[in-house]
Amino acid sequence: MTFTQRHLLGIEPLHPLEITTLLDRADHYAEATRKGDKHGDALAGLTQINMFFENSTRTQASFEIAGKRLGADVMNMAMQASSLKKGETLIDTALTLNAMRPDLIVVRHPHSGAVNLLADKVNCAVLNAGDGRHEHPTQALLDALTIRRAKGRLHRLTVAICGDIAHSRVARSNLILLGKMENRVRLVGPPTLMPSEVDALGVEVTDNMAEGLRDADVVMMLRLQKERMDGGFIPSEREYYHRFGLDAEKLAYAKPDAIVMHPGPMNRGVEIDGTLADDINRSVIQEQVEMGVAVRMAAMDLLARNRPRAA
Amino acid sequence: MSATLFSNARLVDPVAGEVRTGDLRIENGRIAPPGPSGTVVDCRGLCLAPGIVDVGVKVGEPGERHKESFRTAGRAAAAGGVTTMVCRPDTRPPIDSPEMLEQARARAAAAPVHVYHMAALTRARAGSEMVEIGFLQDAGAVAFSDGVRVTADTKVLSRCLRYARSLGALVIGHPQDPGLSAGACVTSGKFASLRGLPGVAPMAERMGLERDLALVEATGARYHADQITTAAALPALARAKAAGLDVTAGVSIHHLTLNVLDVADYRTFFKVTPPLRSEDDRLAIVEALASGEIDIISSMHTPQDEESKRLPFEEAAPGAVGLETILPAALRLVHAGHLDLPTLWKALSTNPANRLGLPGGSLAPGAPADLVLFDPDAPFLLDRFQLASKSKNTPFDGARLQGRVEGTWVAGTQVFARS
Repeated sequence: MTFTQRHLLGIEPLHPLEITTLLDRADHYAEATRKGDKHGDALAGLTQINMFFENSTRTQASFEIAGKRLGADVMNMAMQASSLKKGETLIDTALTLNAMRPDLIVVRHPHSGAVNLLADKVNCAVLNAGDGRHEHPTQALLDALTIRRAKGRLHRLTVAICGDIAHSRVARSNLILLGKMENRVRLVGPPTLMPSEVDALGVEVTDNMAEGLRDADVVMMLRLQKERMDGGFIPSEREYYHRFGLDAEKLAYAKPDAIVMHPGPMNRGVEIDGTLADDINRSVIQEQVEMGVAVRMAAMDLLARNRPRAA
Repeated sequence: MSATLFSNARLVDPVAGEVRTGDLRIENGRIAPPGPSGTVVDCRGLCLAPGIVDVGVKVGEPGERHKESFRTAGRAAAAGGVTTMVCRPDTRPPIDSPEMLEQARARAAAAPVHVYHMAALTRARAGSEMVEIGFLQDAGAVAFSDGVRVTADTKVLSRCLRYARSLGALVIGHPQDPGLSAGACVTSGKFASLRGLPGVAPMAERMGLERDLALVEATGARYHADQITTAAALPALARAKAAGLDVTAGVSIHHLTLNVLDVADYRTFFKVTPPLRSEDDRLAIVEALASGEIDIISSMHTPQDEESKRLPFEEAAPGAVGLETILPAALRLVHAGHLDLPTLWKALSTNPANRLGLPGGSLAPGAPADLVLFDPDAPFLLDRFQLASKSKNTPFDGARLQGRVEGTWVAGTQVFARS
């Protein structure tokens, strides 16, 4: 057992061995689920609260299924509609929930660092389901598991992450994880969607898809938010698709067996060609969703083992 | 009042640029030539220096007295060796009329140290109409500033500067490009990218400064840049000074002693305006201070209650208290060998007093007996709950500091003694 974290707030605090431990555990759950053995009792008797301060269908469903498969009592709270509207602070909300003695809290919040703040104030394990532009650790872990299953390894691969890097917590968590596991990471996107001094993080940066995708083993596309499409960051949707949208022609620069990934939800015809996204020989997008449940089961399983014993 | 003799002191004399061992005599609230003395204060070889003149102190009156009142700010100042506070006008409502200023002055009597006031440059700090600069000057305003709110309309700022020039009023600007810095809460760069926080490029400071200096050149106004915190802005400042413009620059104690990495895991007590910079920028600013290119160190004392800081970093209120930590924090620069005590004290005391036309900043006979007695080497761990300020938002909580104030005198009266 080499997983010693109390919370899963990001990829940054994780040791490579902890990542491997978690992925091994997730692999086990993925296989068990495929065999029809869907139910475990690792979280039996534990209470899991999903607090989503931002809209989410997929991630929330994934966490909910993961918790239920392991026997947890799962409760979903739609936080936009809730107390924050009444002026209650994030910390008060956290303390209120904490008093109900949950064992796992899953949090998504629009502000970077908000989940760290909350984790400081509660006694249970906190899982970051995405905070602002900071981290989305379970997404990076499910991506890593998908890559490892497709490529047979998670090191010495060339991974191109393409699109809106600046606003993407998925990109941040992924580049940290892939870097920790000794991969070559390229960030591809228009300079207006690139964070400042990101090259200092040990990645290659380019605004040319041909250059960025050359000999890549993995091509990871990011979602471009609708509100960033009109003039502010890029001139137009069609120019973006022309220069940065993934189609068969651009994918030809990557290795012939390169896989195509997308964290979803996709904008077909904006960052990725619809046919390509559905191509079962290249796209692992559905597998990513499947691995998402397995990774979240593994993360909650490991954290539940590390939770402090009741006083 | 009978005379008092401070004996056996290491006198920090910023005007003479020296530290000398000796005695200092005060009489009737002023520093006096040698002569007979009634009381003797044995300084035990500790440092005796002119009190700190702190330009840009935010007091929560009016509007936010729960964060800081003149009484608590004054006590904090006394405990920190600050004998003169020059208060900011960014209150609620702002000090933008002679009537508002009169009220603030009446309240300020509760502070045991000297208090002077800045007034807003534009009405409601809205950046569109200038305040009654003349009346406000008559009412006692020593400088005009909209605080960290940049006057974006260059025509408005140009007219304000031109009008202020005719009255000899000092305008204090906040050099920052408002467009680039909108929404930012850290300095852009590797750290901001990793933490996923919206950043502002250091260049925004240079752009703001260049714009202000161009208008100063055009109008001939007296101008002080409140905080210069980046290396990129320094050449513009040097050029303006070399060209003979009536320009000075300040920096906050936090930008001299902390950098962006101190924010670490979203520690909101390290959220200040402008945001903390890189270590390279910090060192460049320290060097500019040592060379005299930067004139004034301020605490930029900005009290915030716990509620406004216990929030996600982007939502948390900016600012840090500094009155009680400015002296030991500034001594870090001396202990690190960046500058000597007299040079430091010029920036803490003499320069701000001279720039704002206030008494103080000198040990010469006739100067006010505003003094601080401190042990420059005494080490301690700072506990924020021991601060006299009503708000405890200091970035130095738990920090190892060296240099303790032992006593503070304002106009010859002792206002603080370490118990």
